[in-house]
Amino acid sequence: MIELIQVSKCFNAGKSNQFTAVDNVTLEIGQGVVTVLKGPSGSGKTTLLTLIGCMARPSSGRIRLNGIGASFFPKISSEGGFDIASLPERFLTEIRRDTFGFIFQQFNLIKGITALENIMLPAYPTGRGHTLFRKRALELLAMFNISRHETSRIEWLSGGELQRVAIARALINDPAVIVADEPTAHLDSKLSREFMDIIGSLKTAGKTILIASHDPIVYDSHLADQVIEMRDGRITGAGLVP
Amino acid sequence: MLNARKSTIFLVCLAVSLVLFVIMVLHARYGRAEAQSESRYRADLAKKLMVTDLCLFTEARYTRHPSMADLDTAFQDHPVSLEHFPSGSFVSPPDFLVRTHEVSH
Amino acid sequence: MKLAINRHRNIIDFALSSLLRRKIKNVSLLVVYTLIIFVLASLIFFVQALKREASLILRNAPDMVVQRLVAGRHDLIPANYEQKISSIRGVQDVVPRLWGYYFDPAIGANYTVMVPRDKMVQADNIIIGSGVARVRKASVRDLIAFQAYDKTPLLLMIQQILPYESELVAADLILMSEPDFQSMFNLPKGYATDLAVTVANPRELVTVATKIAEQLPDTRPILKSEILRTYASVFDWRGGMMIVILSAAILAFIIFAWDKATGLSAEERKEIGILKSIGWETSDVLFLKFWEGIVISLSAFLCGVILAYGHVFFFSATIFEHALKGWSVLYPQFRLVPVIDAFQLTVLFALSVLPYTVATIVPAWLAASADPDAAMRS
Repeated sequence: MIELIQVSKCFNAGKSNQFTAVDNVTLEIGQGVVTVLKGPSGSGKTTLLTLIGCMARPSSGRIRLNGIGASFFPKISSEGGFDIASLPERFLTEIRRDTFGFIFQQFNLIKGITALENIMLPAYPTGRGHTLFRKRALELLAMFNISRHETSRIEWLSGGELQRVAIARALINDPAVIVADEPTAHLDSKLSREFMDIIGSLKTAGKTILIASHDPIVYDSHLADQVIEMRDGRITGAGLVP
Repeated sequence: MLNARKSTIFLVCLAVSLVLFVIMVLHARYGRAEAQSESRYRADLAKKLMVTDLCLFTEARYTRHPSMADLDTAFQDHPVSLEHFPSGSFVSPPDFLVRTHEVSH
Repeated sequence: MKLAINRHRNIIDFALSSLLRRKIKNVSLLVVYTLIIFVLASLIFFVQALKREASLILRNAPDMVVQRLVAGRHDLIPANYEQKISSIRGVQDVVPRLWGYYFDPAIGANYTVMVPRDKMVQADNIIIGSGVARVRKASVRDLIAFQAYDKTPLLLMIQQILPYESELVAADLILMSEPDFQSMFNLPKGYATDLAVTVANPRELVTVATKIAEQLPDTRPILKSEILRTYASVFDWRGGMMIVILSAAILAFIIFAWDKATGLSAEERKEIGILKSIGWETSDVLFLKFWEGIVISLSAFLCGVILAYGHVFFFSATIFEHALKGWSVLYPQFRLVPVIDAFQLTVLFALSVLPYTVATIVPAWLAASADPDAAMRS
């Protein structure tokens, strides 16, 4: 479970172009829950995702991770977990690598190398055995029906195939949480619905999912357990979808 | 082979190169027996023939026997005589032409 | 430990994939890099071995050679100088040397003709160096027709060809008997080319030389130490051709490093951002750049040096032949004793590997330390 307590993120503090992207957000994300952040662009969705996903530190407030193990911290479930804001970068990176899998709006795959290698990349710095994560990458390719593209350079793949490679990459380290930023922005309705189907299967597998989107296919989906509306960095409406 | 990881191929090649490098160093230190006996033969021949220069550049007197070069070498053998290239740039005039010891006493 | 090895192997995997994306560019870079290091290392090996050879061979040169100069030119030395020098205290032995040059118009080569001190050549015979045999395509018992001083032909038979190992000393030599030498060059009676002087105590060499110069003012004694010094500075890095080659090589290394050092392209920066966003730390990215640099420069260095060693010591530095030959028709085969100058090789390593690798890492530093969320914002 991830808990945000009065979290704010301010850019260019003290300068003339000071800008508060996230303003006093308090939020709880349960395990195995699909949460959708809904709102127009500039509402702070992306920044909030980076904070939750341990990519950046909040300017103020606390972010707690509960029940999420890390190699140097035992699972702490009874107390409030640990506060990531105070962790040094190296630990933060390790948590991020093992706990979170990211799917970016632009997919952000590396050109010139194969789909397989793209999927394996997040596992490279972990020091895990190559045979192990290669096997897992091949399983993921099979799971998403793109095994035939194992040795294809990603420049040759279609939009839908790229999407699936991006999702597979997010799953290589078997993370507990999937974070997706506007995943359907460049996809047509058919592919967007396919994406939500994949999300459904991930939810069944027990993953916690966090999606930022202004696409109705996403936030109106029956899979969304919690839809949080944001505007100007604040939460304007949060509701558990019945 | 085709399925080998790129890093494996690279590290193997690197290891082979390093081994060859070490062999090269060891060869230079210990494996020169034949070359050294040839070297000794040359030294003995040089002594027998009272040789004063190595046979490197056979184009002109002063490139073939630079240690015997005369003081007028700079003026060459005849007008419009070109500098011998590239031997001229490899062999500098012997320093005793600059500072003859009969003057130094 | 295993984790660290795995991590580096994984990073190397990606570094290689990354380099292979521009296969042609990086392969040609590797080839050129190797070539430059090959040339420099060959020079280092060649020059070092040659200098060593020179000092070994010329250690046995005569203690002193006395030349006579007339009107600033090398002239013949009269025999009575021999007696005068012998009478100087400290002089052990004085030997008149008979030698000269012969130009062979058919081949265009210059030979050095010598009368050896001991009577190793029979009359009407010659002993030739292997270089002479090579350019004339001659074998033992062949007849060579020389042109004597008066343009009459002088026929001499090859008694022996000096072996291949003697090239550096005797490649262009023609040894003949004294009567044949006189037939060829017609030196006036009682004259020699120069005198080889042996001194009993080597420490007295300079004193003896000074005395000779005083008593015979038209002579110029050349000491063994001066002969050795001549060859200590041959192929010096500061000399003409060598400095050109060295400067060109250094310039090439600078250009390669400069190409890497002048910042990252926008695409490279984006890629580093992506890597950071998917979980690569700053150190992982820097190691990636490190390996990218090392793959090219270290491979080039090892390959270039090993090939250079083979080239110089197993193939007699044949590639240099065209550069060194110049106008010579007769060029010796270099059979050199392998020697490695650790200092110069280390300098070559520092010049070729370090700047390139550093130039690959440093520009990436800023991008590598950027926040991982930068990729989300693009």
